[in-house]
Amino acid sequence: MKKILIVDDEPNIVMSLEYTFKKNNFEVFIARDGQEALDILQKQLPDVIILDVMMPMVDGFATLEQIKKDERLRHCKVIFLSAKNKEKDIEKGLSLGANLYVVKPFSVKKLVDQVHELIQ
Amino acid sequence: MNSIGLLLILVLYLSILFYIAYWSEKRSHSKWTNNPYIYSFSLAVYCTAWTYYGSIGVAAESGLSYLPIYLGPILIIPTWMIILKKIIRISRVNKISSIADFISLRYGNSRFLGALVTTICIVGILPYISLQLKSISDTFHIVTKTQASSNIFTDTTTYVCIALALFASYYGTKYVDASEKRRGIVTAVAMESILKLVFFLIVGIYVTYFVFDGFDDIYQKAAVLKDFDKKNTIGGITNGINWFFLCILSMFAIFLLPRQFQTAIVENNKETHIRTAIWLFPLYLLLFNLFVFPIAWGGNILFEGKGHNSDTYSLLIPQFFDNNVLTVMVFLGGFSAAISMIIVSSIALATMLSNNLLIPYGFIGSLENSSQKKNSKRIVNSRKIGIFSLIILAYAIYRIFILDYSLVSIGLVSFVVIAQLAPSFFGALFWKRGSKYGAVTGIILGFLTCFYTLLIPYAIGITKSTSLFIQEGPWGIELLKPFQLFGLDYLEPIPHAVFWSLLINILSYAAVSVSFKGNYRERNYAEMFVDIDKYITNHENAFVWKGTAYISDIQKVLQRFLGEERTKRALTIFNLKYNIDKDITTADARFIKFAENLLTGHIGTASAKILISSVVKEDKISLPEVLRILEESKENIIINKKLTDTSNELKKISEQLKNANQELVNKDIQKDEFLDTVTHELRTPITAIRAASEILHDDDDIPEELRKQFLQNIISESDRLNRLIDKILDLEKFETGKQKIYLSKNNITRTIKNTLDSLQQLVKNKKITIEFKDASKEIKAFYDEERIVQVIHNLVSNAIKFCSETDGKIVISIAENKDNIEVKIHNNGKGIKKEDFEAIFDKFYQSRNQNVKKPIGSGLGLAICKQIIEHHKGKIWAEDNVVEGATLIFTLPNYNTAENS
Repeated sequence: MKKILIVDDEPNIVMSLEYTFKKNNFEVFIARDGQEALDILQKQLPDVIILDVMMPMVDGFATLEQIKKDERLRHCKVIFLSAKNKEKDIEKGLSLGANLYVVKPFSVKKLVDQVHELIQ
Repeated sequence: MNSIGLLLILVLYLSILFYIAYWSEKRSHSKWTNNPYIYSFSLAVYCTAWTYYGSIGVAAESGLSYLPIYLGPILIIPTWMIILKKIIRISRVNKISSIADFISLRYGNSRFLGALVTTICIVGILPYISLQLKSISDTFHIVTKTQASSNIFTDTTTYVCIALALFASYYGTKYVDASEKRRGIVTAVAMESILKLVFFLIVGIYVTYFVFDGFDDIYQKAAVLKDFDKKNTIGGITNGINWFFLCILSMFAIFLLPRQFQTAIVENNKETHIRTAIWLFPLYLLLFNLFVFPIAWGGNILFEGKGHNSDTYSLLIPQFFDNNVLTVMVFLGGFSAAISMIIVSSIALATMLSNNLLIPYGFIGSLENSSQKKNSKRIVNSRKIGIFSLIILAYAIYRIFILDYSLVSIGLVSFVVIAQLAPSFFGALFWKRGSKYGAVTGIILGFLTCFYTLLIPYAIGITKSTSLFIQEGPWGIELLKPFQLFGLDYLEPIPHAVFWSLLINILSYAAVSVSFKGNYRERNYAEMFVDIDKYITNHENAFVWKGTAYISDIQKVLQRFLGEERTKRALTIFNLKYNIDKDITTADARFIKFAENLLTGHIGTASAKILISSVVKEDKISLPEVLRILEESKENIIINKKLTDTSNELKKISEQLKNANQELVNKDIQKDEFLDTVTHELRTPITAIRAASEILHDDDDIPEELRKQFLQNIISESDRLNRLIDKILDLEKFETGKQKIYLSKNNITRTIKNTLDSLQQLVKNKKITIEFKDASKEIKAFYDEERIVQVIHNLVSNAIKFCSETDGKIVISIAENKDNIEVKIHNNGKGIKKEDFEAIFDKFYQSRNQNVKKPIGSGLGLAICKQIIEHHKGKIWAEDNVVEGATLIFTLPNYNTAENS
């Protein structure tokens, strides 16, 4: 069973994602902000991390920087989720080493396909 | 007191004074030496030994007539704000270093006039200096109870004289440029002024309160003396006229005496110092006169019929009571008064002597071709010798003529002589038509009159007191009697001489000036002197000159006096000031004037002109042409000023445009940011709605409960979206001014209570207590209740949101003062960082600030609150220094104030 970590501070969005990925046979972990995500990553090694960019305390970009420093998490695929859809934001996200940058609002179905594609 | 002892005290005293001079010369830029008080006290060089001793003599012999000499200055000093300021400005821009320079420059750099003024001053002042020496000598012998020695080598005055001459010639000629400030001398003189006043007051208090029993006691005892009443009334209209002329005389003296010109004008280094001088100096004079009368009549009571010289009562009284310390103090005060006059006068006279007599008539030729070093040395030496010989000459006069006149009489004669400069001096300030010939004629005729009505009779009087010349007039012609000229018989000799000499002086000055036009140079300076304020910054512009001149020639002349370094520096400054290309070789009028100015301080105005003229080829200009050029330059100055004004205005406008543009750019950036944030905020609920809908659409086998939950999510996110849109529109309405506030009289207590009621539901779910202090207070104000409810609702919900989670406490309080009502809402949460105090009222601040835990809300609440409060003309802010938690405060204008407005 593949593991996925969903990091977002919007509970309703998280709820939809959690439901969908569970239904697609993922083991789902949830964090409400970057710090929580990093705490979870101490114990878990998910295959995919879905990271919201605008979050309180530690934002998505900062979280990714931390993830990249951790040798154990080298194989993790990271997908950014963000309402920021400007080119420079996307560029920044990808340059930090994310595998994908998904703009909000997004299609849940398509996101699941993209995740599958990434881990194959 | 024996001579040696007193001599030692004198030496000690002089060394202290010399040390003060040395000390302040070294610190010539410190505020100890450059302050209005030093300036004001240095003016008190006016009070010489004549004031110190002579006033008492006059008061003892003839009652109140000592007063006019001080009344005159006191009356005229308020006008200093205008007149003295003007003289100082003229002197500063033209580098004038003496009254001779001043008059000679105004009447077209006239060499003759400069020399004439110098001569008048020397004739007038030299006997006056002798008088001071006499007072030193007389008082020395009184204190030591010795007889004056006829052998000059055993006479103490000789040595005092030499010491003074050395001191004055050393410190008085420190600078070749005579218009430089001599801080050392000035500070020493100011110190002496303080000392002489203090000593005089001490002896005054001693006589009045220790020897006698106060003013009343002296008055009662004096009233029984002979002639007391007669001496102490003004004495009808004729005496009133006498007083009047004496006042006029002293009014002139305070401007014209070389030592006054030196201290008040040449040594002035800040115009604003006048402001202090105009109250301090008259006060000084008043204090000085306070005890003259008691000492004089105290002396009369004590020494009646003993034939003592009443001038020296202030010494005799303490001595009579064997008070040695006080006697010496009084002596030192008088000594101070005498030597400061001698030093300042001799410096002023020596400068005039060298710059206005010796150099222009004597060795200007030899200065023309020497090096700067030689020239400076020569100029300084000539002044040194000048000071030295003037003091020695004064000493000689004192020894040879054995002045047996009272201090006052010689002093007054000296005043009358100097007063002859008044018409041309004041004419220079206020009358453009006054001409050189007018000035020369006025001064000469005035002086001759004064010679005839005063000097001759006084000279004869020395040997024969009852002379036929005085009694019957020359050759028995009654109308020519020197003291009753043309039958004017009710004035005393001094006022009589003042009247006739000044009348003749003024009339001839005016008549000649009106009848014969001056040359163009005079007219030029007349303009510059009278309208100095117009030319104060760029005075070189006002100088009219035509001809051919090369900068290099003039430069060579300058170098001979200033040296290469200083000349170069001066040229650079000049070029910068007028924005002139340094490669230009020909000199214009401005440069000629500039060069003359540079030389003036060294060699006087007349010589400066002569030297510069010798290296340039000047074309004649007619008088009308001068007037035309002046008119043009005036216009130029005005146009220039207008141009500068316009350019400044343009600069200002362009600055404003730049700022406005920057503001627009900033606003644009802000707008972009705002849009960005709004989009983000709108997209978030849309994302949630989209995701939930998609699941509901695609997934048919969702459990019922979850399906309902997704639908509930869609509903709440839609509501959120709607609220957000409402708030954005709300804010937009306030910001664009479309939102109206409907003011009505309301009760803030009730408004708060109502709002709290509506929030009950929110609180119930948490462990929070809300305390409303002052809930019983009735405070009314004008406000839009719906809007204020919105504000309170927002602030309290924020407080609930940020409250401590375990033990939440919110305190609301209200207060009222004259202008405002104030509502405070405090919560015991984690507080607001100081740097965020202002930012929290920005739109979407919480969303932008990544370091705050994201609470539920639009991020627009406080921004809207701020708009609402500001539309009510109130204020909203976060309180500083809150111990625990956060406090937000808003104010609304008080009901009464609002009603009034």
